[in-house]
Amino acid sequence: MKNQNWPLWEIFIRSKQGLNHKHVGSLHAADEKMAIENARDVYTRRSEGVSIWVVESKHITASDPSEGEALYEPANDKVYRHPTFYDLPDELKHM
Amino acid sequence: MDIQKALFDYTLRLGDNALILGHRLSEWCGRGPILEQDIAMTNIALDLIGQARSLLQYAGEIEGKGRTEDDLAFLRDITAYRNVLLVEQPNEDFAFTIVRQFFYDNYSFHFYTALLQSTDETLAAIAEKSLKEVRYHLRYSSEWMIRLGDGTEESNQKMQKALNQMWMYNGELLTMNETDRVLLAAGIGVDLEALKPACEAKLAEILAAATLEMPTGTWMQKGGKEGKHSEHLGFILAEMQYLQRAHPGATW
Repeated sequence: MKNQNWPLWEIFIRSKQGLNHKHVGSLHAADEKMAIENARDVYTRRSEGVSIWVVESKHITASDPSEGEALYEPANDKVYRHPTFYDLPDELKHM
Repeated sequence: MDIQKALFDYTLRLGDNALILGHRLSEWCGRGPILEQDIAMTNIALDLIGQARSLLQYAGEIEGKGRTEDDLAFLRDITAYRNVLLVEQPNEDFAFTIVRQFFYDNYSFHFYTALLQSTDETLAAIAEKSLKEVRYHLRYSSEWMIRLGDGTEESNQKMQKALNQMWMYNGELLTMNETDRVLLAAGIGVDLEALKPACEAKLAEILAAATLEMPTGTWMQKGGKEGKHSEHLGFILAEMQYLQRAHPGATW
């Protein structure tokens, strides 16, 4: 029952229907069931969400910050990839 | 006993059960075994204190002497408290807290489900609102009963010990007294005897999954519903009521 024996979980919350799940933080739990319940108590107490995803942190593969130049800089001079030439209707949110 | 007096007594009891158990759980605040459970238990404490507020406010209305929910919570002496003995029992350790919680949740889930049929509209409405919270509480405490009972050898022993020691406080929840009988006849109260099969079945189901043994004792403590309490309640009230007693009418 020691804290360090419990794995770490990453928590994703969907704040309302139609939006994406968003990473909100991490917590400790013994298994996925407990992770969902803990996430409910820790991250949705103020009605922040309608759906919860949990994933054990060890299953997340992250990019290497030292490769940032090679991975991201080539995109900097390619403005034509941004859809700035369209007029978005006002009703469209969350773009 | 007339109906109004019985209804006051009944509503006080429901409010006091929620208030005292909520206070007990709040004692875990900052002391939980891990951060996540600390928050989980204080969440449940807040749900219970919210239920207590609705019930005590209604009790004050029924009494009709102008007492508010705060007057009833902070200015009533121990013998006027109507909570069952179970909820005033000390936290001891996480195992005791969970067993106490499970006994209460198992009762209150079935109780509030039955109270939905009450002819008293306010009680039925409070039952409906409380049930949403109680359903989660029961899920939480059942989950921990199973997890710790069916956990390690040590956690199993601690749970069995807590179960055996708390057992004699489980009976009072479903024991009828005069108040219950008067209100049952009036269509307001719940037939506690009729809840026994469902409560016992749920208990048996959870204990089996938790690999815990059902205690066999048949002698049950009672008296809380009539205001006869254990010494523990005195200490709770001393802490809870201190501020209003020392500084009457103090507000934030």
